[in-house]
Amino acid sequence: MGDKKVTIEVNGQEIETQAGRMLIEIADEVGIPVPRFCYHKKLSVAANCRMCLVEMQAMREGMENPVVPACATPIGDGMKFYTKSPKAIAAQKGVMEFLLINHPLDCPICDQGGECELQDIAIGYGEGYSQYTEAKRVVKNKDLGPLIATDMTRCIHCTRCVRFGEEIAGTRELGMIGRGEHTEITTYLEHSISSEMSANVIDLCPVGALTSKPFRYSARSWELNNVDAIAAHDCVGSNIIVQTLHNKVKRVLPRENEALNEVWLSDRDRFSYLSQTHTERLETPMIKKGGEWQCCDWNTALTTLVAELDILVKDKKNTIGALLSPSSTLEEGYLLQKIVRGMGQHNIDFRIRQQDFSQQTLDPLYPHLGVNIDDISTLDAVMLIGSNIHKDQPIIGHRLRQAVLKNDTKVMAVSHRQYSFHFPVTENIIVHPQRIALQLAGIAKALLTLNNASAPTGLKEVIDDMLITDIQQKMAEKLQAAKRGHLILGNMIYGLEDYAQIRMLASLIASLSECNIGYLTEGANAAGLAIAGCLPHRKEVGKENNQDVGLHAQEMLSKTLDAYILLGIEPELDTLNPQQAINTLTASSMVVVMNAFVTDTMKQYANILLPISTPLETSGTFVNTNGMWQSFTGAVSPYKEARPAWKVLRVLGNLFELDDFDYRSSEEVKESIASKYTAEKFDNRIIWQEHLFENRINNVNNEPIRISDVPGYAIDAMVRRADALQDSLDMQIADKVLMNEKLAQVLQCHADNIVEVEQLEGSGKFIVAIDESIPDDCIYIPSAVAATTNLAAPFSTVSIKE
Amino acid sequence: MSTQSTDLSEGKSDVLSEQTYAEIDQWLKKYPPEQKKSAVMAALRIAQDENKGYLTTDIISAIAKYLAIPAIEVQEVATFYSMYEHNPVGKHKICVCTNISCMLNGSEHILDYIYERLGIKPGETTKDGKFTLKEVECLGACVGAPMLQVGKEYHEYLTPEKVDALLSRLD
Ligand code: SF4
Ligand code: FES
Ligand code: FES
Repeated sequence: MGDKKVTIEVNGQEIETQAGRMLIEIADEVGIPVPRFCYHKKLSVAANCRMCLVEMQAMREGMENPVVPACATPIGDGMKFYTKSPKAIAAQKGVMEFLLINHPLDCPICDQGGECELQDIAIGYGEGYSQYTEAKRVVKNKDLGPLIATDMTRCIHCTRCVRFGEEIAGTRELGMIGRGEHTEITTYLEHSISSEMSANVIDLCPVGALTSKPFRYSARSWELNNVDAIAAHDCVGSNIIVQTLHNKVKRVLPRENEALNEVWLSDRDRFSYLSQTHTERLETPMIKKGGEWQCCDWNTALTTLVAELDILVKDKKNTIGALLSPSSTLEEGYLLQKIVRGMGQHNIDFRIRQQDFSQQTLDPLYPHLGVNIDDISTLDAVMLIGSNIHKDQPIIGHRLRQAVLKNDTKVMAVSHRQYSFHFPVTENIIVHPQRIALQLAGIAKALLTLNNASAPTGLKEVIDDMLITDIQQKMAEKLQAAKRGHLILGNMIYGLEDYAQIRMLASLIASLSECNIGYLTEGANAAGLAIAGCLPHRKEVGKENNQDVGLHAQEMLSKTLDAYILLGIEPELDTLNPQQAINTLTASSMVVVMNAFVTDTMKQYANILLPISTPLETSGTFVNTNGMWQSFTGAVSPYKEARPAWKVLRVLGNLFELDDFDYRSSEEVKESIASKYTAEKFDNRIIWQEHLFENRINNVNNEPIRISDVPGYAIDAMVRRADALQDSLDMQIADKVLMNEKLAQVLQCHADNIVEVEQLEGSGKFIVAIDESIPDDCIYIPSAVAATTNLAAPFSTVSIKE
Repeated sequence: MSTQSTDLSEGKSDVLSEQTYAEIDQWLKKYPPEQKKSAVMAALRIAQDENKGYLTTDIISAIAKYLAIPAIEVQEVATFYSMYEHNPVGKHKICVCTNISCMLNGSEHILDYIYERLGIKPGETTKDGKFTLKEVECLGACVGAPMLQVGKEYHEYLTPEKVDALLSRLD
């Protein structure tokens, strides 16, 4: 492009801009309308629809003015264009007429009606009548899976959907087959689409060929109310528009934000709303009396709760613990910790899938990615440690892919499972989880050698006779050479028993190679909850309470406390060790469950059930992995008797007669945290802790160990109940156990057979699949799916019977 | 799970013969190793020849796998060019151009005449498996319109007599 300034003229208006840009971009910038179908600012230029034709002043005297496509005409100094001249209009009309020849004009029964680019442009640029009397072509619809409905006769072959797959999603699934009149858009052999961003083609499709399957025929677009909101399922906080009708959520669309999701949205954020009216929604408060569940009103539920807890907590020896979802809002978290602390205790935690808390005092104020999402494209080397970035944080996966494509960023991965990223990985270390620390130590050793530095105290003994492998060496060199290198600790890493060592080593690698390091975490608001003080060792805005550290999530779930408050979680799915969680909770005399949903399992361990709002029904704030505070309001009112959790907690605070609980709005709650908070600059590297390596690094015992992660559509209660997402290809993993051929032979397991997997006192049934990317001695079983609710923690031994 | 449409695993499968792979390899040598997909058209042609003149989805998948590109990309190419067949064809494939120049010069009559002689319409094959009739786009021989192609030969300035002569020569 270059920065050369040029001046052009459009419809007589002089515009100064950079040379080489396409005319359509400039027209868009200054607001001169140019009709288009195939052009999209985030996709490459295809110039195949010809709708954007405009007249251009001939370059030479005596030549006739040509009509040119605005989307594919790079501008140069002195060029003159006319978008509304008779010639331009004739060209546009002509193209419009051709495009409509085969279009069914079934707008009255088309979901795109009212938000259709073809409809709009036909009104603006077409004729009011048709002179075409021949037969129109008909194209068979395609089955693209549970999310995207097709009416392929409507397709105008702009190829936006095809280019999206190739350029953005990174999975080339849709294609254009045939030629001329026989052209069709389809997937190969009509496979369902597997991309985690697939539904963006619904927004991209300028006509009604690709529309939302779950939304199909349920409303007209012009009837819908739009409410701005924030997506609640990953630490990006994608901006969304929630569309409602008669107090029901009908659809969720991306809201453009260049710093975060651009114009895109993950399928998870788009379709999680489908859980809003799931049959498992909890409708009213309920109390268990003499083993029987009774519905009751809020007043009864809350006064009973307060009476029982008051008796318990009056005796200072008694303990209460609170566990909350990492997707709870800032306000909910703040009020909940205030209640727990008001009772003189500090047992509160949202890190419910973490195993190793030994170095929690070294945690940053909140888990930060360490680089702004819109700066990812400037990184030149990235090392992912235990991250399935595309499925866990689709938008960040997309950003990283763009970095690879546009900036030639080198991505390396260290993990216990090989993920099929949509970008090339230059070096890949896939090992038994207990060897991850060793691998990182190897990379650290390579860096020490490169820098002629001696090993920090404590590490010397560990790495002295370690051989540096080729891959470790290459990774070290790439990080060392990077001007802007970055290490990312992903969702899986927190569940490992030697997380503290791993993080320490990663931080050492970052320091030695002068790279930065950052965290990606589960849930929408881990950052906000850390700031709100939902940690046993820290109060609001990170104030340490060293003398009086409370119990962390693992401690709360391994020894039974006298009472629990569970906010927004299903411990049988959302904690590291479901078996233990259920046993512990069942043994407790008082379990208060605040949740939008209810299940039979919940009813076993709970004593009081309080129905709360989903994020679509409450106001609140999420703080994303870049420390952006994003507040939102409820799009619809709460389901049946459900109430926003912050309101319930506020009332509870009042009933317990705790100080400072007179908030009138969630904004006031937020204000009381914000007023104490000062944003700080982040360096996630931590100071070397020599004692951490006294016992050397973990060693593998050769018994088969269960490895795990949480599939993208299993991460929280809402997503798990969005049926269309559950039907997608990604969830086929939910009942599988994966191992490599070598281990399958040892265990005598055969592909497609059903096996019983046992872990301590629980078991589950799974279908065997052989997968050579699983490391030796490892058995992959997903977490947070129905089949694993009786199992214990991953990363420990399991036994298998065919 | 290995059958996902985006499966980009590389390698051979037993759908194609070693001979076919060897011929494809000859073409692969002409392109840089990261540009394997450049050989897609040659690979399709070679595989089609091996399979009695037509392609199957198994073949398309096998080529995609060998060239490490998404199968849909191979299918796009295979359906775009009319030289690739997706159904069994007769021994002789008669490709009649019906594009503009040929149309103006009476290609429709040629098609009608072939129907009269062989009883097949475009896309059909004679019962004895000898002839398949196809309608194709411009073959770049407008100067000799109307024209048709059989095998590697062009036949131009067609008349019913010329068609008769041609048909009697093909056995
Ligand atoms: S399906 Fe829609 S987006 Fe895809 S080519 Fe057709 S009109 Fe364009
Ligand atoms: S928008 Fe320019 S050709 Fe389609
Ligand atoms: S139109 Fe028939 S060969 Fe060109």
